[in-house]
Amino acid sequence: MNETVDICVIGAGHAGCEAALACARLGLETVVFTVSVDSIALMPCNPNIGGSSKGHLVREVDALGGEMGKNIDKTFIQSKMLNVSKGPAVHSLRAQADKADYSREMRKVLESQDHLTIKQAEVCELLWEELPEDGKKRVIGLKTFTGTSYFCKAVVLCTGTYLRARCLCGESITYTGPNGLQAANHLTASLEKLGIELRRFKTGTPARMDGRSIDYTKMEEQFGDKRVIPFSFSTDPESVQKDQVSCWLTYTNENTHDIIRANLDRSPIYAGIIEGTGPRYCPSIEDKVVKFPEKERHQVFIEPEGIHTNEMYVGGMSSSMPEDVQIAMYRTVPGLENCKIVKNAYAIEYDCINAGQLYATLEFKNIKGLFSGGQFNGSSGYEEAAGQGLVAGINAAMSVLKRDPLILDRSESYIGVLIDDLVTKDNREPYRMMTSRAEYRLLLRQDNADLRLRKKGYETGLVNEEQYQALLEKERLIQEEVSRLKNTFLGANKKVQDFLSSLGSCPLKTAASLADLICRPELSYSSLSEIDEGRKPLPASVIEQVEIEIKYAGYIARQKRQVEQYKKMEKKKIPAGLDYDMVPSLRIEARQKLKQFKPLSIGQASRISGVSPADISVLLVYLEHDGHIHRMEKSFEEL
Amino acid sequence: MFREDTIAAIATGLTDSGIGIVRISGRDAVAVGNCIFRSPSGKASLCCAESHVLSYGFAVDVSGSVMDEVMAVVMKAPRSFTGEDTVEIQCHGGVLVMKKILDAALQSGARLAEPGEFTKRAFLNGRIDLSRAEAVMDLIHSKNEYALSSSVGQLRGSLYREIRQLREEILYEMAYLESALDDPEHISLDGYEEGFSRKLSRLTGRIEKLLSTSQNGKWVQDGIHTVILGKPNVGKSSILNLLLGEDRAIVTEIAGTTRDVLQERLILGGMELVITDTAGIRDTEDKIEKIGVEKSRKYAQDADLILYVIDSSAALDESDREIFSLLVGKKVIVLLNKSDLPGLVSEQEVSSLFEEVFSEGERPRILRTSAAEGVGLEELEQALKEIFFQGLFQSKEELVITNLRHSEALKEALSSLQLVKKTMEDGMPADFYSIDLMDAYTSLGRIIGEEVDDDLIEEIFSRFCMGK
Repeated sequence: MNETVDICVIGAGHAGCEAALACARLGLETVVFTVSVDSIALMPCNPNIGGSSKGHLVREVDALGGEMGKNIDKTFIQSKMLNVSKGPAVHSLRAQADKADYSREMRKVLESQDHLTIKQAEVCELLWEELPEDGKKRVIGLKTFTGTSYFCKAVVLCTGTYLRARCLCGESITYTGPNGLQAANHLTASLEKLGIELRRFKTGTPARMDGRSIDYTKMEEQFGDKRVIPFSFSTDPESVQKDQVSCWLTYTNENTHDIIRANLDRSPIYAGIIEGTGPRYCPSIEDKVVKFPEKERHQVFIEPEGIHTNEMYVGGMSSSMPEDVQIAMYRTVPGLENCKIVKNAYAIEYDCINAGQLYATLEFKNIKGLFSGGQFNGSSGYEEAAGQGLVAGINAAMSVLKRDPLILDRSESYIGVLIDDLVTKDNREPYRMMTSRAEYRLLLRQDNADLRLRKKGYETGLVNEEQYQALLEKERLIQEEVSRLKNTFLGANKKVQDFLSSLGSCPLKTAASLADLICRPELSYSSLSEIDEGRKPLPASVIEQVEIEIKYAGYIARQKRQVEQYKKMEKKKIPAGLDYDMVPSLRIEARQKLKQFKPLSIGQASRISGVSPADISVLLVYLEHDGHIHRMEKSFEEL
Repeated sequence: MFREDTIAAIATGLTDSGIGIVRISGRDAVAVGNCIFRSPSGKASLCCAESHVLSYGFAVDVSGSVMDEVMAVVMKAPRSFTGEDTVEIQCHGGVLVMKKILDAALQSGARLAEPGEFTKRAFLNGRIDLSRAEAVMDLIHSKNEYALSSSVGQLRGSLYREIRQLREEILYEMAYLESALDDPEHISLDGYEEGFSRKLSRLTGRIEKLLSTSQNGKWVQDGIHTVILGKPNVGKSSILNLLLGEDRAIVTEIAGTTRDVLQERLILGGMELVITDTAGIRDTEDKIEKIGVEKSRKYAQDADLILYVIDSSAALDESDREIFSLLVGKKVIVLLNKSDLPGLVSEQEVSSLFEEVFSEGERPRILRTSAAEGVGLEELEQALKEIFFQGLFQSKEELVITNLRHSEALKEALSSLQLVKKTMEDGMPADFYSIDLMDAYTSLGRIIGEEVDDDLIEEIFSRFCMGK
């Protein structure tokens, strides 16, 4: 049986959903394949969306016209802005999800999307042809296990953790995907035949407890924020003010650690059974005990999996210990003494790729029309998956529509950092987004994701006119208010001086603008309302931007200078097809890496692991002075 | 390779010494080397010599006659300084012998290397990083022994090491701050600020120390701009001649002979002085002389050092007071000249005059000289060293910033670190520290080529290509 569509998306997790929605919304006939329609937008690990730096990703996905932010706004059961005691760059939104609701709501969105078909089937083979002109390949469709061929113009791989997945719980191994779902065992061979290089990663998840067996009186209650801020820039903030559930904080102790240490030889990782590399930054409790032997305790967060279930997630204690060790170690934790485990903790191993095989568009360098996103690219986390899925989907659509691709750079988004890191660095473990990875993070705040990216979403076609007009209006209000504050001067009169001293601020020596006052560490936009007579009511989101722009102007300006420096190197393009063997004196490792990664710019080349600044100098000299040198040689010959 | 033609030059200094090296580098280096080398048996050829192994034999000229007994070594690309095939002929270090061997190499197909050309090839072939290439260029341009030793120091990497260490320390702080942001559970910033603040002070202190040498560095690289001041006919030009060791300025007994300004470069105490002899300063009606006096004032203002010459056999007067006004805030050495004649002016008298104008630590040194009898040169040398290189150069490993680009980058790094301090003082959250820390880190990296600086590549390239 044959079918013909525009785009096929393999997998309906967080990457696949964004990819499929993006393609369909851009008017292309799209089929999204999943091993089980009940696993659409499944959250097989933590029951939350966002968190430090991941919250940024969600907002960027939203600004570009993705779905994750809207979906969590519909289904959250607790929400919190993290790091509010720190600078605005690291504020991050995190919401606890009702997992079942999240999955169901996303499925509804997919089901009601025009041009999108959901198909429950295991994809076992990609169909492709050789391109005679450059020896590259082009993907032309795929085949399902049940025998149907789907011919299409582009394929997006979002297989998550399903490829040849196996789950480990101590000595017991099952060959399934997450949560006991069917693994996808056939596709790997086809990918290898296509010349795709695969590697094996692992990740893990903690146990789920029966909530009735937990003694919360021994734990600290963790509440959501009083005033909830939605993830999506399109969500009405009033619509998300609702009753929230609590999470709970408890700690491990030396007894816990003793049990773990005594049983390390039974941990599949330490016993050498696990081949895959695990994430350093999302470590199992075994890893934490080994890595921080001096730590007397580690945090454990007890988080509800949803409102309609009493399953509780034990955050911070993922493990692949055998069942008997698990129950023993969990029961040492205050409040969990009598816990009953509903689902054991387990580690999962799966096939993924070295994303160095991809361009920043997430298209394979050697296979036209084949895109990939999510955990398949070697990342971890729902939000990382969604960000890549969206970009992979958009670019698959752009390639079919013969439009310019969407490439986000490091200076404009966390998604750009994520993708750039994935495609230029040799990632040996699942890549997790972190604040520290974004070098220009003061410019890449979660609060200004719309200002940074909405326009791109609009140009792509995923942000509608109304949303775009709302952005332009917001920009106008911010600009007007900033300029009003800079141009409104207060004299050193008694009222002002009294007001300032009442706030513990120095009196004025000469007239000062309202902006000057906002710059003072002890003052803020809101604290000046009494002496700011011309102030008009503005949306909180506008005030936030105004205040940040004024208060941190110096830092923002310096960060922008850093960005200019960065862009200078990004703009130095490396001609496609540059023969690195002709560049003299590159070190062998650098030569190999450059040939393998095929960077598009000097900037990108400089971030490839194994390429040193000296190599970059050599490359720059070669590119900039090659012609010059040849001219010089000529003149020597003439002499 | 970038440039494959074969170049040759004498790699050691052009003075008679124990051993000299003639270096040949490029595509045909081995062939050229082979033309001028003969093994004792006459059979072994450099063409089949093992790389990096010395061969004993003779240097022969084109007619085949032996010029010297030598050791030759072939270094195959890329394992040589230039990254190209290289042959070095180690001969006896007489200038004549070395020149003859070089001539033979040139006649056998090599081209005479331009100054710095081996380095240029090493750089283009990726054998040395930018900062080392830069140091080599400085070396080629430097004119005196301190500049030489500081360039060599950079080359050997003392600057490299210090900058690297500074960078590592900044990187450590950045990494700590970032990991605390990413993993606040395990990495805490409690009490961090106090230690960080001390660390910052240490870092800025070290950069300031480096920077304080950069003025010295300018002196080292460009020479100390020195102006000789004094009333007419106190012996200024004779002092200059004494320093130069030759009669350059016209010296007569008639006051006011030096009407224009003479400039000379000379090496004293290992330092280069750029000396301007000026017209004597006095109230004068002569128009031409007046212009000269005005010029003297201007030169005095811009000088690094003033040598104030007093005729110790004649009493001080109003003109001396006028000169005093030019000395304020300057490094000054007073030369009580004509010490061979009966003295009217004593050191005490002069120094008591200075007490009013100069603060204690900055009072000029007073030396007795006699240009006529050649007395006082050694003392002057000593005083120069003390004034300009206090504590520096005690060891040749001592770091001196001689390069303008380096000192600019250091200044940038310093101001970035000061901004971090300010951020702390303003009570900003710790995640703000990293912006300026990163700038400091980058600025320092540009000095040692660990941050790619395309402007520098331009600069170095243009210096190389101009064949300086």
